[in-house]
Amino acid sequence: MAIELIEGSLAIAHGAALCRPGVISAYPITPQTHIVEDLAKMVADGQLKTEFVNTESEFGAASVVLGALAGGSRAYTATTSQGLALMLEVLYNCAGMRLPLVMCCANRSLSAPLSIWSDQQDAMLMRDSGFIMGFAEDAQESLDLHIMGYKIAEDERVQLPYMVNVDGFLITHTFEPVNIPDQKLVDEYLGSYKPFQALDPANPITMGCFTEPAYHMDVRYQMHKANLESTKVIEEVAASFEKKFGRPSGGLIRSYKLDDADTVVVAMGSITGLAEEAVDTLRGKGQKVGLLKIKTFRPFPTEKVKEALSGKKHVIVMDRAMSAGYGEILGSEIRAALYGISNQPAIDSFIYGLGGRDIHEDEIIGMINRPNPGTHRSEWVGLRPDLLEE
Amino acid sequence: MEDLKQKLMKKHLLAPGHTACAGCGEALGMRLIIDAIGPNCIVANATGCSEIFTSKYPQSAWEVPWVHSLFENSSAIASGVEVALKARGKTGIKVVAMGGDGATADIGIGCISGMWERGHNILYVCLDNEAYMNTGIQRSSQTPFNASTTTSPSGSESMGNQTLKKDMIAIANAHRVKYVATISLANPKDLERKVKKAVETVGPSYIHFHAPCPLGWGFDSDKAVEIAKLAVNTGLFPVIEYEDGQLVKVQKIAKKAPVEDYLKTQSRFRHLLKSDDGKKVIAQIQAIADANIEKFGLV
Repeated sequence: MAIELIEGSLAIAHGAALCRPGVISAYPITPQTHIVEDLAKMVADGQLKTEFVNTESEFGAASVVLGALAGGSRAYTATTSQGLALMLEVLYNCAGMRLPLVMCCANRSLSAPLSIWSDQQDAMLMRDSGFIMGFAEDAQESLDLHIMGYKIAEDERVQLPYMVNVDGFLITHTFEPVNIPDQKLVDEYLGSYKPFQALDPANPITMGCFTEPAYHMDVRYQMHKANLESTKVIEEVAASFEKKFGRPSGGLIRSYKLDDADTVVVAMGSITGLAEEAVDTLRGKGQKVGLLKIKTFRPFPTEKVKEALSGKKHVIVMDRAMSAGYGEILGSEIRAALYGISNQPAIDSFIYGLGGRDIHEDEIIGMINRPNPGTHRSEWVGLRPDLLEE
Repeated sequence: MEDLKQKLMKKHLLAPGHTACAGCGEALGMRLIIDAIGPNCIVANATGCSEIFTSKYPQSAWEVPWVHSLFENSSAIASGVEVALKARGKTGIKVVAMGGDGATADIGIGCISGMWERGHNILYVCLDNEAYMNTGIQRSSQTPFNASTTTSPSGSESMGNQTLKKDMIAIANAHRVKYVATISLANPKDLERKVKKAVETVGPSYIHFHAPCPLGWGFDSDKAVEIAKLAVNTGLFPVIEYEDGQLVKVQKIAKKAPVEDYLKTQSRFRHLLKSDDGKKVIAQIQAIADANIEKFGLV
């Protein structure tokens, strides 16, 4: 093991490369580019043996990795934003076909207006896809989630694709100390890829057949059930990963100073680092504040969330995406999870940081200390009144 | 006789019992094509008639490994399969991509361009029945000039589809596809020879198959082969062959037929036979056929 000060994208590229995908296919798009550039360089320098396929579009790249999985190879792709939107038809198909792709998304806003900067709006396109969706906090976890992603996706009980969400620029373009695991450890942990089904003339199978109403719903139910039940596998994998690699990472949820807290911030992605600072600041002033980090958004860890938040007085949900015409997204999931429990906490939700809008610690503190807890739903933070008051 | 009996008894790689329409030219062509390819292949199929009538869960007509993903990506799926085989050190398996005319010349052309540019060792087969038949006979970029379809209907203000067939052969050649050929039910031996040649080609190959559609073109279900022959003999569907961009062979027209002989067999052209304006259009279609004959030296 070696700790190196590297860019997040390189950590992600190491994470992907350590899993030895037989096929990598991608199309460049900011802020995903450094990831695929780093992988291409590893291939060019002979450090990574893989079939690296440059395509004419993200749609093509997603299709190539789907075909590679059908052909019996471990496969990897990375994208973001508009690229993810262009891949979408293939990605839903990939989940429905139960193919264990691992895909990194350098989370970015969706156009219009065009913006290359970070938020988690693109990830929400995948909410109902069948992908398992992990959210990384930093470069280290971004790397780790690749290894855990393959372990989860390829588990016989799961057989579903895994999406590693990392905040674009905030993680992909910043330098952090990262512990890069030894190849030997990863090889021992993952093993070589053994597909459950693959195209082979010696044993011809038909993949991707169509269904009439007599079957479609049942096949979709099986996929949904496998996704729901993957919570168990995700927890097992987080535990086995910690044992093998010596650090806690991933999982369903993680908490920070939660046990004795009466007020809890709920967030996912890189913002949880800043939220920890806000918690510490308020703790210094005697407020019992804690943090709940959503590490897995799909399957949604309803039971874990309930367990973590029941008995709390006040819950503040931070959303880096929004559902136009409704508002909160993570907020509504948290409300639904807590609905009907005894002594339900007051719940507030805030939409922040869209399209790379800066967010500061004092703004998080402001969310926590808004007067009249429980009356703030989908409140936008950091808007420009000078533009809006026209 | 013995040879014929053996042929009839042979197990096909596209099994009977699929759900294609009676007399479907595409189904017959697909059976001939996949038998010519042989069992040591993997097929990636686009959405469309060919996918629907062969793969209704929980049944399958395919005796070879087969995958369907979406409408527009059979070429990219095949690309993924081909590189996966490479990554796994598996050699000698021919990867085949298939799609209809819409999947090939319209919605899937971006992925096909990428596949050809990258030079994958893949045979791509276009099953050209000249419209979106699976969704109910809507026009595509392969629909003939002034054919009536449900989205290019003939009427008091229109003679039907106003565009010419997109030239997929030229597009394939522009991508330096190593082997490019057209095939027809008019000549099954030529079909078999060309498919085998495409399979033996190391690198990209493209086969364009003219697939008469009883439902979409409007003819009786025993007429597919006859109509395929007329398309060839009028010059409307040139049977040609390119190697490395060079025209190497054409199927000569034994007895040239006027295009009207072809048009009058199908209800999609029937409106042209009814008016003076229609006769003008028939003259234009004749000019298209004559230009093909001239360009490829078909007579």
